[in-house]
Amino acid sequence: MPVAAKSAASEKSTARGPGKDQAGAGAAAISILSREDEIKAYRAMLLIRRFEEKAGQLYGMGLIGGFCHLYIGQEAVVIGMGMAIAEGDQVITAYRDHGHMLASGMDPKGVMAELTGRRSGYSKGKGGSMHMFSTEKNFYGGHGIVGAQVSLGTGIAFANCYRDNGRVCLTYFGDGAANQGQVYESFNMAELWKLPVVYVIENNKYAMGTSVDRSSAQTDFSKRGLSFNIPGERVDGMDVRAVKAAGEKAVAFARAGNGPCILEMMTYRYRGHSMSDPAKYRPKDEVEKVRAEHDPIEMVRTRLIGEKRASEDELKKIDAEVRSIINEAADFASHEPEPDPAELYADVTR
Amino acid sequence: MPIEVLMPALSPTMEKGNLAKWVKNEGDKVKSGDVIAEIETDKATMEVEAVDEGTLGKILVPAGTQDVAVNTPIALILVDGESAKDLSAQPKAKLAPAPKSAPKPQPQPAKAPAPAATIAALPDVAVPEAPSEEVPAGTEMVTMTVREALRDAMAEEMRRDKDVFVIGEEVAEYQGAYKVTQGLLQEFGAKRVVDTPITEHGFAGLGVGAAFAGLKPIVEFMTWNFAMQAIDQIVNSAAKTSYMSGGQVSCSIVFRGPNGPAARVAAQHSQDYSAWFAHIPGLKVIAPYSAADAKGLLKAAIRDPNPVIFLENEILYGKSFPVPKLDDFVLPIGKARIARAGKDVTLVGWSIGMNYALQAAEELAKNGIEAEVIDLRTLRPMDIETVIASVKKTARCVTVSEGWPQSGIGAEIASRIMEEAFDWLDAPIERVTGKDVPMPYAANLEKLALPSVAEVVEAARAVCYR
Ligand SMILES: Cc1ncc(C[n+]2csc(CCOP(=O)(O)OP(=O)(O)O)c2C)c(N)n1
Ligand SMILES: [Mg+2]
Repeated sequence: MPVAAKSAASEKSTARGPGKDQAGAGAAAISILSREDEIKAYRAMLLIRRFEEKAGQLYGMGLIGGFCHLYIGQEAVVIGMGMAIAEGDQVITAYRDHGHMLASGMDPKGVMAELTGRRSGYSKGKGGSMHMFSTEKNFYGGHGIVGAQVSLGTGIAFANCYRDNGRVCLTYFGDGAANQGQVYESFNMAELWKLPVVYVIENNKYAMGTSVDRSSAQTDFSKRGLSFNIPGERVDGMDVRAVKAAGEKAVAFARAGNGPCILEMMTYRYRGHSMSDPAKYRPKDEVEKVRAEHDPIEMVRTRLIGEKRASEDELKKIDAEVRSIINEAADFASHEPEPDPAELYADVTR
Repeated sequence: MPIEVLMPALSPTMEKGNLAKWVKNEGDKVKSGDVIAEIETDKATMEVEAVDEGTLGKILVPAGTQDVAVNTPIALILVDGESAKDLSAQPKAKLAPAPKSAPKPQPQPAKAPAPAATIAALPDVAVPEAPSEEVPAGTEMVTMTVREALRDAMAEEMRRDKDVFVIGEEVAEYQGAYKVTQGLLQEFGAKRVVDTPITEHGFAGLGVGAAFAGLKPIVEFMTWNFAMQAIDQIVNSAAKTSYMSGGQVSCSIVFRGPNGPAARVAAQHSQDYSAWFAHIPGLKVIAPYSAADAKGLLKAAIRDPNPVIFLENEILYGKSFPVPKLDDFVLPIGKARIARAGKDVTLVGWSIGMNYALQAAEELAKNGIEAEVIDLRTLRPMDIETVIASVKKTARCVTVSEGWPQSGIGAEIASRIMEEAFDWLDAPIERVTGKDVPMPYAANLEKLALPSVAEVVEAARAVCYR
């Protein structure tokens, strides 16, 4: 172990956990968002929703190929967490990554152009939907192997600790990924060395066609760190306010040198696992119910209008703005040229 | 102007589909996310969601219509402020058409359920059925896909031996991520067809342990890319324990799943592990091409007392071949097959490499070069004798695979020929391989990264000096 990491580890805090209600206590505090923040969140979540719908459409037209995993339904998680981190904090996730990239401030045009495999995509067309990166925005991918990003994110946090740079790495993974062995190897090291990492488990109830009940002995993922003394909290991942509040506590905890913590985001994906999954393993009304009662975007919209903090017209204007950004991105991504053939051998090593 | 709703491609391979049902009617309000119709693809019934907000103005393709081509307009949506009279206006195309070089949905057999960009580039050739001593004369042949052949092989062995069971991700209730285990749960129940969590290292090790204890697991990896999580248990536990225990502990286990590049799934999901596993003493490695070989060799693999790596190919799953109709069709492991006889040059392939080799042979024949095509079928133990015998006749050899060149199977074949038939060679051995790069996502680059029939033809001509 490098010395820097050891010294951080020596700051042992006895008060475990980022908040009072640690280790899976259900009720996450909900912070009231300012009007500005609420509108910001609305717009950012809508941008992801429209982006994903458009990506689905381009896939339907054959412009996007291979695997394409849409994030529709889960938008509040990345936007709430995005509001909780500071400039310089890093983000890493799996293949359901378009939302994370947009939340990291990556350009919808560059993301969409990567989806269509064009030269102006973030990976020059060589990575595709599942493998995209932006070092400028501290987004470390985009990983196709389930669970791999958990150790990688822990390593980024290790580097933060090593350099003592005050940064925190948000490491996202799914309920399915939570069963991979390297997750627990990572938990152990992260706690042992008090690494500044927040593990965000996006529990959308399914890993492909396998529901959490069919894959997991302990279905409360916030407790998955308990044997390592890692505190965890269950959060309503459909409520952007709850996500932001829990995120702020967790990030502050990690940043203060207390080590990792786990946030289990209770969320839901509306679409199939990938474009070709008919999602026959869950009843239709399960999806309908979440959509009707807990849609992360509709909830903000209803609140803004109901509390008269925004007018219909104001939100309509945002809708139109978002739509035009997305249309522009789609147009760009379908007209950009493919990569130059010489690109085939570029960047293999450097 | 109303917005056109186009018939979507709902899987990487879909070209057309049936419009099963309209969920919304003309005049209904729709908003994005609403299901408006149901479409049957080759694999499943899928829902089509609206992306735009408005009113379903006109249904252009009625429910029940079969074989609607992808990108056909199926309905018109009226947006804010439009009414029925706007329907006659020129509809606004959703997006300007893609540039010439854009990936278009690839033409391919409508039935192929797996992504098939590569197979699209490789249209089916009739496989010349070399008369085989493995099949008794007069045996009735039935046409089936590789997918069905694999399924039947597992089902037959499970009926025969109650120690055989299948374990892996999505193998039971989902019927297999690529539908290879279709129906097994229904026939054999949840005790013998076991869905696992996503824990490759864990369930591979569990399988090896069960095999130590005498069961005969078939461990499915959703794809071989994910077996990298488990390679330690395969190499350090499965392959070596018979030896390390002085022959006391046996490990009769099959690890199987799709191997090699699929279509547009990029670097982490597109790689060929032939050379990786063929390197390991203690393993047997099988990589079949045809459905008959898939069936006969999978049955043999399940019965074999050793750990067997069974490398399938997603692109080949949907391809049909004649398969002998026999109650118990088992093929010998470690025997190559001469798929096409010839005298001028030996082409050696296995798995999907055969697709390139056989088509190249067809091309070469037009130019008066008669290629002998050998399907290795098993990579370890390798039937090098069959290759050597052929090279002694043709004096020339080209190997064909999608794997990377360095330290690949082609390199192994070349050195074995050098060792055992150097004096018979009239030209250096050529290898046609995947390019020495991780698989790129972009359609044009992916095509360049894969081998092609043209490259095989060119290599064969080069070694023939013609
Ligand atoms: C090591 C590995 N095993 C299997 C897969 C295939 N696979 C891709 S996504 C997935 C399900 C993951 O589910 P979850 O972690 O819950 O994430 P979600 O898709 O719900 O976002 C599986 C099994 C893979 N990509 N990598
Ligand atoms: Mg999940």
